[in-house]
Amino acid sequence: MSKHVISVKVENRFGVLARVAGLFSARGYNIDSLTVSETEDESISLMTIVVRGDDRIIEQVKKQLNKLIDTIKVIDHPAGSSVQRELALVKVNAQPQKRSEIYQIAEIFKAEIVDISKKTVTLEATGDPEKIDTIIELLRPYTIRELIRTGRVSLLKEKD
Amino acid sequence: MKGAEIIIECLKKEGVEYMFGYPGGVVIPIFHHIFNAPFTFILTRHEQGAVHAADGYARASGKVGVVIATSGPGATNLVTGIATANMDSVPLVCITGQVSTDLIGNDAFQEADITGITRSITKHNYLVQDVKDLARIIKEAFYIASTGRPGPVVIDVPVDISNADTEFVYPDKVDIRSYKPVYQGHPVQIARACRLIEQAKRPIVYAGGGVIISNASGELRDFVHKTGIPITTTLLGLGTFPETDPLSLQMLGMHGTYFANHAVHQSDLLIAVGARFDDRVTGKIDEFIPHAKVIHIDIDPASVSKNVKVDVPIVGDCRHVLAAMTKEVNPPEIGEWVAHIADMRDKHPLTYDDRDGVIKPQYVIEQIYELTKGDAVITTEVGQNQMWAAQFYTYTEPRSFISSGGLGTMGFGFPAAIGAQLARPDKRVIDIAGDGSIQMNIQELIVAVQHRLPVIIAILNNGFLGMVRQWQQLFFDRRYSNTCISFAPDFVKLAEAYGAAGIRVEQKTEVAPAIERALSITDRPIIIDFRVEREENVYPMVPRGKSVKETIMRELA
Ligand SMILES: Cc1ncc(C[n+]2csc(CCOP(=O)(O)OP(=O)(O)O)c2C)c(N)n1
Repeated sequence: MSKHVISVKVENRFGVLARVAGLFSARGYNIDSLTVSETEDESISLMTIVVRGDDRIIEQVKKQLNKLIDTIKVIDHPAGSSVQRELALVKVNAQPQKRSEIYQIAEIFKAEIVDISKKTVTLEATGDPEKIDTIIELLRPYTIRELIRTGRVSLLKEKD
Repeated sequence: MKGAEIIIECLKKEGVEYMFGYPGGVVIPIFHHIFNAPFTFILTRHEQGAVHAADGYARASGKVGVVIATSGPGATNLVTGIATANMDSVPLVCITGQVSTDLIGNDAFQEADITGITRSITKHNYLVQDVKDLARIIKEAFYIASTGRPGPVVIDVPVDISNADTEFVYPDKVDIRSYKPVYQGHPVQIARACRLIEQAKRPIVYAGGGVIISNASGELRDFVHKTGIPITTTLLGLGTFPETDPLSLQMLGMHGTYFANHAVHQSDLLIAVGARFDDRVTGKIDEFIPHAKVIHIDIDPASVSKNVKVDVPIVGDCRHVLAAMTKEVNPPEIGEWVAHIADMRDKHPLTYDDRDGVIKPQYVIEQIYELTKGDAVITTEVGQNQMWAAQFYTYTEPRSFISSGGLGTMGFGFPAAIGAQLARPDKRVIDIAGDGSIQMNIQELIVAVQHRLPVIIAILNNGFLGMVRQWQQLFFDRRYSNTCISFAPDFVKLAEAYGAAGIRVEQKTEVAPAIERALSITDRPIIIDFRVEREENVYPMVPRGKSVKETIMRELA
């Protein structure tokens, strides 16, 4: 089952998130990630939803989303034609002798060191989700204490 | 103007004739203004009765049903009725009271999060947070409930909003940027559909409740008569095409006719109109239509390609689309196919084993049909009674058959009959009931008595929760676990206690005279307690999840 990124433009009203979430949970569809925020128009929120499923399930998901009265537009965001970004905070164990290795990984991936303690280093990484996956894999051997990802946000690329 | 009064003014502007409901603490301000409103208020004896009555009114009239209940238990008592209406696409506006805005979320007295509870069983719902929004929300609610694919809308009104003051302005039109139902079908798709029809050798029309909802029965009849294509309907589609017409194959599905189910199974083109391929229709989905292409006309895009693959989807209102197709299409050559179906009908008619000395429930339904000349509005409860009512009464007009199809709600039929009788004072309304279902909302009998509504409740009294017993008999080794309900009230005395008429029928020869007597009573409801054959089963039956090839036609020895 492939991952799909769906962008949903909705009215910026209370209860809308619950409607969208309820629609997925009621049908037993699992959401990989969901982000919501305001947009350039403050009456509109944009959701980026990452969901797994075969084409028929995704078609049905999109139709159900469209059916919600508060939904203004539902658009597919295929990887090639959209810019997709995610942010992760990763707190890793950092013994003094390992620190420089971790700093190197951070440098290569343009991740920022946002917190340091005697035993840990916290990195902030942004980029497309595959890049985040890679940096996490590389940090794993050092023992990840805590990890959090924002979930994807996505905009369609402009076609000239 | 106070919020409470604004609500009544809005209902007046919407032309509401009847409001159904029940009072309580937080809606007293609204009831204060209902007191001298120009519409008739029907005080039911349970909120579930109110919402089913509004539903029956809506289905019989095509108008929006309007309901009010108090917060907490009043609102939660509406839930089954809202879900029933949602499944069958019935337009309702349900106003619920709510605790005051400063108490919401506090577990206040009689607080229930009814917008949360009803989110998945409404077309839309609102919690009013500012009295300035109230009139616009009510306007939108009526619009949303009655347009596109109709459905119930809940408006939750906190008591402080009812008491707050604002200027009353009723918007004259609605503009919701995120809600624009599509009515006209796409011309390219319509043309493609017509070409498929013209080439088909074994086409069938499969029409559902959507045709009735969009008032497209006339257009459907024109389409069928121009093309000569045989037609079957769903349970909720009964009446949209006259079952007296030779092209009618009557109902399909689990208890559909042999010839409808087999014709659909053998078809090479299925034209679905306002129907949604429910599992009670398709049975085993992979074997439902192995040879057919599918044209699907529906106003709800989410219904199209949901359960079966569709070759030509047409999103739009059945009425527009059918009219356009009738204009464009040339009739296919299907003489052989029609003859083949006629042959199946001769060989496997819809029958039952009628005998003297016992009252067969099917016989009762046939007699009701004969004696009302098919001119009644039939509502049903749920179970065997519902299926026999569908099979053995012959429907010829839309909105003459009212039943909870999607949710299958026992206790629906009688309150719905009250609503239908209010909508159609010119018709006799008959609730075909089971002895189980009727006990679920029997309290509404007093409402029919109070308003002198001559609704007839025909109880097919078999002393069982018959449909469940049938499944136990066929699939669970006859272990009748908790389905025997012969420990029952005396329905005749019960009717009399309420001030209704009660008639008991124990002999076959008394069936027709009892119906005639009931029909002669016009000033109060009548219960007829038909003591029918106790273990009669509904056939044909396509067992759940099976294909038509496994249809059980009659009692196995
Ligand atoms: C509210 C509700 N509860 C349970 C059921 C499950 N159910 C479906 S049919 C049926 C039996 C109905 O019995 P009765 O009303 O006596 O009708 P009969 O089948 O005997 O005609 C039951 C319990 C239901 N449909 N609705």
